[in-house]
Amino acid sequence: MPDFLAAWLDKNDIFTAMTILEYWNGMVTTVQLVFLSLIIGLMFAVPLAILRTVKNPFISGPVWFYTYLFRGTPLLIQLYIIYYGVAQIPGIQETFWWAIFREPFYPALLAFALNTCAYTTEIIRGAIVSTPHGEIEAAKAYGMSWFMRMRRLVLPSAARRAVQAYSNEVIFMLHSSAIASVVTIVDLTGAARNIYSRFYAPFDAFIFVAFCYMALTFTMVFVFRKLENHLLRHQRPVGS
Amino acid sequence: MFDLKGYGPELLSGAVVTIELAFLSLALALALGLIGAAAKLSNSRVAVGIATTYTTLIRGVPDLVMMLLFYYGGQVGVNMISDYIWATYEVDFFFQFDPFIAGTVTIGLIFGAYMTETFRGAFLAVETGQVEAARAYGFSQWHTFRRVMIPQMMRHALPGIGNNWQVLLKTTALVSIIGLTDMVRVAEEAAKAERMPFHFFIPVAFVYLALTAGSELFIKWLDKRANAGVIQEN
Repeated sequence: MPDFLAAWLDKNDIFTAMTILEYWNGMVTTVQLVFLSLIIGLMFAVPLAILRTVKNPFISGPVWFYTYLFRGTPLLIQLYIIYYGVAQIPGIQETFWWAIFREPFYPALLAFALNTCAYTTEIIRGAIVSTPHGEIEAAKAYGMSWFMRMRRLVLPSAARRAVQAYSNEVIFMLHSSAIASVVTIVDLTGAARNIYSRFYAPFDAFIFVAFCYMALTFTMVFVFRKLENHLLRHQRPVGS
Repeated sequence: MFDLKGYGPELLSGAVVTIELAFLSLALALALGLIGAAAKLSNSRVAVGIATTYTTLIRGVPDLVMMLLFYYGGQVGVNMISDYIWATYEVDFFFQFDPFIAGTVTIGLIFGAYMTETFRGAFLAVETGQVEAARAYGFSQWHTFRRVMIPQMMRHALPGIGNNWQVLLKTTALVSIIGLTDMVRVAEEAAKAERMPFHFFIPVAFVYLALTAGSELFIKWLDKRANAGVIQEN
């Protein structure tokens, strides 16, 4: 370790084992929250995107309306509506749901999952719609049913085309998750806010957390680039 | 009709704050984006390095963290500078760093980075023949930039600017966290006081929806105008 860094670490009274642990716990919460909402969002987004491409407006209409609502309003408002609103639902305090939704983690998870699901639905829809016509015609000529076409042809090729946009959505979600700290969740940003108010040291508290987020972001960028390379390897020029 | 329990005027002035903030930070973002794109496409390695660091840093850090850093750190920074000026020059220099400035600067900086990428792509989409023709006519570098590059790259940049604007509009909601009384802040206080979250947040959500839908139409119209005379494929 360089001497000046060691000297600075010796003198500082902010980055002790306790605060580092607080940041670490915050990071665990952030990763859990983001990962879970992305998984839940993706799970619902695939069927919704298929429904969104159906010709019948009574099926695709409601899905369009859902994505339009959630993409047109700020995530912060969605979070507030769910966080403050759940407690106001009549009778919820007597059911078992109250034990779950009383903690801020679950309303936030619900808000994030609904939000990311809306964006992901549109991304996957865009990929499905841009499937080359010839491929579908060929599949039809082979006598494949709708279900088989979807499973063998449309969805795999759509997944390849969606990866790039989806990686942006993942990073966007990671960045948006910082607002979880507003509803008293101690995620990375929440930890930074606590430490800021304890030491009144804005630069130390927030710049450190900025580096934590940067590490997370660039890890994800790296993983997605690997994944993209893997999925699009058939498009690489021969010999590279 | 809809009863806002007397919070109506406050919500309205909050909406005005939101819109002011959005437009000011858009102006800042557009300026930063043009400068950033020009720097990224320049021959100077220093300029390219600075612009790349800027866009990479912004992409790695959440908006809220930046905003908190600027808001809490801004005042501390101003105090440090004013202490220093007082100590060396004995000049009393001080200003209150308010959440509006912090919000505008942060949102402008963040979207400046995104605009940089948008403009960079758009500049690259302008045919090199156009630039060569301008040089052949004896246009200076600045003249080529202003008269040939900017008008032609706008057509390619508009969809990207539109997308960034939609995201920017929604990001303005974050300023309520650092204490600026925008629409969201008023709604939050009203919702807490009256214990009616749906009653106050849903109208605010619809105002945002109306703003995004309205700007979508406006951008479509602009896009149509910018593309007048361009033959559309398909």
